[in-house]
Amino acid sequence: MTHTPTPGTLLRLATAGSVDDGKSTLVGRLLHDAHAILSDQLAAVTRSSAERGFGAAPAGSDTRDDPDAGPALDLALLTDGLRDEREQGITIDVAYRYFATDRRSFVLADCPGHVQYTRNTVTGASTADAVVLLVDVRHGVVEQTRRHLAVATLLRVEHVIVAVNKIDAVDYSEEAFRAVERDIVQVSRELRGPERTGSPGGPEPIVVPVSALHGDNVVTTSTRTPWYTPHTPGTSAYSGQALLPILEQLPDADASARRTEPLRLPVQSVIRAHGGYRGYAGQIAAGTLRVGDTVRIQPGIQLTQVTGLERTTLQEQHAAETSTAGTSATASEVAAAGESLTIRLAGDHDVARGSVLTDPQRPAVELDEVTLQVAWLHQRPAVAGSRVLFKHGTATIKALVAEVSDRLDLNTLRSGPADQLQLNDIGTVTLRLASVLPVDDYSVSKRTGAGLLIDPADGNTLAAAMIHLPDPQDADATAPDSDEDWLNS
Amino acid sequence: MTSALSAEAPTAPPAPAGTAVLARLEAEAIHIIREVVAEFDRPAMLFSGGKDSVVMLHLAIKAFAPGPVPFPVVHIDTGHNFPEVIEFRDRTVERHGLRLVIGSVKELIDAGALQERADGTRNPLQTVPLLNTIAEHRFDALFGGARRDEDRARAKERILSLRDEFGQWDPRNQRPELWNLYNGRHRPGQHVRAFPISNWTELDIWRYIALEDIALPSLYYAHEREVFHRDSMVRAVGPHSLPGEHEPVERLWVRYRTVGDMSCTGAVRSRATTNDLVLNEVASATVTERGATRADDRLSEAAMEDRKKDGYF
Repeated sequence: MTHTPTPGTLLRLATAGSVDDGKSTLVGRLLHDAHAILSDQLAAVTRSSAERGFGAAPAGSDTRDDPDAGPALDLALLTDGLRDEREQGITIDVAYRYFATDRRSFVLADCPGHVQYTRNTVTGASTADAVVLLVDVRHGVVEQTRRHLAVATLLRVEHVIVAVNKIDAVDYSEEAFRAVERDIVQVSRELRGPERTGSPGGPEPIVVPVSALHGDNVVTTSTRTPWYTPHTPGTSAYSGQALLPILEQLPDADASARRTEPLRLPVQSVIRAHGGYRGYAGQIAAGTLRVGDTVRIQPGIQLTQVTGLERTTLQEQHAAETSTAGTSATASEVAAAGESLTIRLAGDHDVARGSVLTDPQRPAVELDEVTLQVAWLHQRPAVAGSRVLFKHGTATIKALVAEVSDRLDLNTLRSGPADQLQLNDIGTVTLRLASVLPVDDYSVSKRTGAGLLIDPADGNTLAAAMIHLPDPQDADATAPDSDEDWLNS
Repeated sequence: MTSALSAEAPTAPPAPAGTAVLARLEAEAIHIIREVVAEFDRPAMLFSGGKDSVVMLHLAIKAFAPGPVPFPVVHIDTGHNFPEVIEFRDRTVERHGLRLVIGSVKELIDAGALQERADGTRNPLQTVPLLNTIAEHRFDALFGGARRDEDRARAKERILSLRDEFGQWDPRNQRPELWNLYNGRHRPGQHVRAFPISNWTELDIWRYIALEDIALPSLYYAHEREVFHRDSMVRAVGPHSLPGEHEPVERLWVRYRTVGDMSCTGAVRSRATTNDLVLNEVASATVTERGATRADDRLSEAAMEDRKKDGYF
């Protein structure tokens, strides 16, 4: 099962791993082998490598000597951007890298592995179409691996790829790789829960044996792992392929899935111009829109018609190219998820920043109390009674933390009762809102199911929040069973 | 078997075609520009006449069409700019009916508030007039055309970047930036730098310029001009860029990949006179744009990081 990519699409990646997993080396290797490093950058790294005592031995030469090694470089220097990082040999903050192959363009969010910087992995994963997680084959699944897999599962990143690195350090042993692979699949299943397997947010991780240092299975398939073959029973559809070709083939989730969701258009601002022009500007969060559509203005029950669309020529051209149904003449009239545009509506309505235009058949749920799965990102802990701001779509409203109910234990992968959440914790809180918000379940619509908790005093971001709606079919949904795996309910 | 890494300059691969990448980048940039304008009281946009700021302004015009651009543009004028660029700046401002705010390095030097540097470059001197202009006009958000692919320190900057009362950037203490929810809350005296084209590469910029037929200063296209060689860069002969005794002048076909001060910006040898030719040239370049053309970034390995921490663009 290989997928044909749309030529020239953009894939957003996030990388994560523990300290010394060789992540910077892998990213450096990807950039170098994808020809994204230009000669002056390479010259600067060569100079710095020599100054820091690299040169004869490659970075991470705790592995083994490579008799083929030419003038070796500390590949990590290609990605470490700040002075402290270069001097201490660590990565501090999310760094964004850009590279392109003849099949696809990539934006790579390189997230540091220190436990205290896990919030950066949440940052990188929130905009990622795919996460590449590094595991050292000699250490296997460690707490950081569980944490990163939990973050990727929680944020419902479309594709999870685990690069089992330093395979050269165990003499390219299949046995060592399979043992780590089994653990990863096991942890991933426990995080997703049995009934989640195969559901939209929970595909199996793709596990690849690599040596970032020597380039095995990074850009091309290595002859030193002959046991890594296609169609091995119990492995992913991408088995036997190197990391970069897999990244080139991953289906473009952004283009396909969000189009079929019901319309959500959070209004950013009202645009007025001469001649009494009044338009509503926004980026379509989900679904499609065309002139003549009836939309609902939420919060509220008013319906109105779309009378005009102001779109850029590039967006129209792109819509015509990507459409699979109908003639391009009509396809170009359909605006879809991801597009920034301005629309005109029939009649006089109270539409302003914070309003959401929705599909009247499948509207958002209006709530003044929401249950959130949160990744807590700040030193100030989450406790009941805290006053916060809730930023959701284009609305920011006052809210009160009504309850902190549970916290995920990363060792057991079970959630247990908790009355507060600390920095880096993942858990569940209930928020009482100052006014109703039109919301969606995060698993149904990422853009309108996500929010930020903000400290009203200093403006700091406290948490990444994913809205969890009680399933109306499930009578027990309003009283979640805390013994259950917290992602199952 | 993969070969060991060598220090040879690699060749660039063919670039992906199609509108998908640019459509996604355009939509993202317009969304960011509208968010900042909606959430801040006094936004402004840095506009130097350089290609990145020209693209950013083009996106701002689209973001608010058919309405007007709801903020002024700001230029920090070193007094060492290429005359072609200043002329282009003024023409653009007039054509779009924009309000232009100028912060002058020269005025501050003349008033004794700034010292001319020994090397004569004024790019690093822009920080003080920039911060003065922000304070004087009480701007609380400033759009910049910085791209993350330009420099290693820029690669670490958020799309919305908080600056303290002294305009400083603290890279170790940045807010997490999640989904497309930009948290711009700040205290009085603080301001935010917003970078709507953070995720664009030099190649994306040129593809977009070609596709949208965006006008640029003539310097970006190959032309014949009097030049001399200094610090292994090709430098134009001009009022702020005079050759030394042992720096012979010759006429060459050149163009500029970046446009900064005459005193620190180098040209590249080129015959690319059109967008398509420039696009080909950029796609096969083996040196980064700042590496090729900016003397100020060669000051040290962390030159950009140091200037950013102090409040530079």
